[in-house]
Amino acid sequence: MKKTKLQILTNGIIRENPVLVLVLGTCPTLAISTQAINGLGMGVSVLVVLTCSNIMISALKRIIPDTVRIPCYIVVIASFVTMVQLALKAYLPSLDKALGVYIPLIVVNCIILGRAEAFAGKNSVIDSALDGIGMGIGYTLTATVMACIRELLGSGTIFGHAVTAGTITPFTIMVMAPGGFFIFGCLIALVNKLTKGKVKEKQQNKCLGCPGAALCSHVQEGGAEE
Amino acid sequence: MSAAAVFYIVLSAIITNNYVLSKFLGICPFLGVSKKLNSAMGMSIAVIFVMVIATAVTWPIQTYLLTPNGIGYMQTIIFILVIAALVQMIEIFLKKYIPALHKSLGIYLPLITTNCAILGVCVLNIDNGYGFLQSMLNSFGSGVGFLLAMFLFAGVRSKIETNDYPEAFKGVASTLIAASITSLCFLGFSGMLENIFGM
Repeated sequence: MKKTKLQILTNGIIRENPVLVLVLGTCPTLAISTQAINGLGMGVSVLVVLTCSNIMISALKRIIPDTVRIPCYIVVIASFVTMVQLALKAYLPSLDKALGVYIPLIVVNCIILGRAEAFAGKNSVIDSALDGIGMGIGYTLTATVMACIRELLGSGTIFGHAVTAGTITPFTIMVMAPGGFFIFGCLIALVNKLTKGKVKEKQQNKCLGCPGAALCSHVQEGGAEE
Repeated sequence: MSAAAVFYIVLSAIITNNYVLSKFLGICPFLGVSKKLNSAMGMSIAVIFVMVIATAVTWPIQTYLLTPNGIGYMQTIIFILVIAALVQMIEIFLKKYIPALHKSLGIYLPLITTNCAILGVCVLNIDNGYGFLQSMLNSFGSGVGFLLAMFLFAGVRSKIETNDYPEAFKGVASTLIAASITSLCFLGFSGMLENIFGM
């Protein structure tokens, strides 16, 4: 069954949400979701890189030899990341400072390499662009929602506007590392509950989403046999 | 560099600024390969190994090649390519000359290219303005910190696997909550080293 254009676009937003269902790209999501504005900024950066690299890789798929495709994908992705990095430095220096090292780290974000490997390398340019936009929106929404929750609980604000000031004392732990893991765990449990465990199978096979999985078949079972 | 400064850099990279539990770098292997203790150890040792070698290569490239020529913005592209090539070379070298080590670390090496902790440590060393020796110490400490986090977490996971918790939390969700508690323990160390070393 061939998917319609709309299905490809919406696939990444809900059914195969890269963060909550495929559990890809957890590192930056956890790290930058301390303030809603950072979550949004990171989300849009990933959206741009993902869409551009999907288009480029899909257009080049006949030229890139199969054996060296991963290094080629990485070069394409790294070029777009550098462009985004320079653009942020020039126009949004405060966001660039807040996101810091996590901008260059978009290169090794498994969402992007994962989509290149799983989708853009096999599909047409337009489909790949739609997939990139859908996955990017899915990522942006998740990162922003998670950042809103953490910002609200941890500092009592949303996008910098005071919400609970004077009524609830914010508990700072939520904007620190343990709060990130905790909220993320709760969000995934919520998705499990809402979908009645339908997505859990995909989460269990998280190695399949990892671009390294193709290179290393042993780690899937949870480790080497000694 | 005084002995106190050496200890300060290494210990703060291991404990207070732990890469996994406070900077969220290398979460994928942390969640994915921590089911069994021996595979967690294998992965961590491979990470320490590659982290130190990658820093030894990328720091001089940035300092003597990119910065003097005004192409510092190429950092991301050059670093990821250098790391990818390096991992490949280490694998070939180990296979040929130290087969025993290749047997135990080999399967983890391909995964390390896309491990954000490696690229992260290389970029952060430059961003923080560390000198060569400081960078090497920081990388080694970060690697050991990764090992410590993996070691502790593999233990925690082996305990929680058999427990009975709500259906929705089974799988990744419970693992993340456990990671949250492990990270809370590490938070207890914050400020400790500053007091001891007076920095």
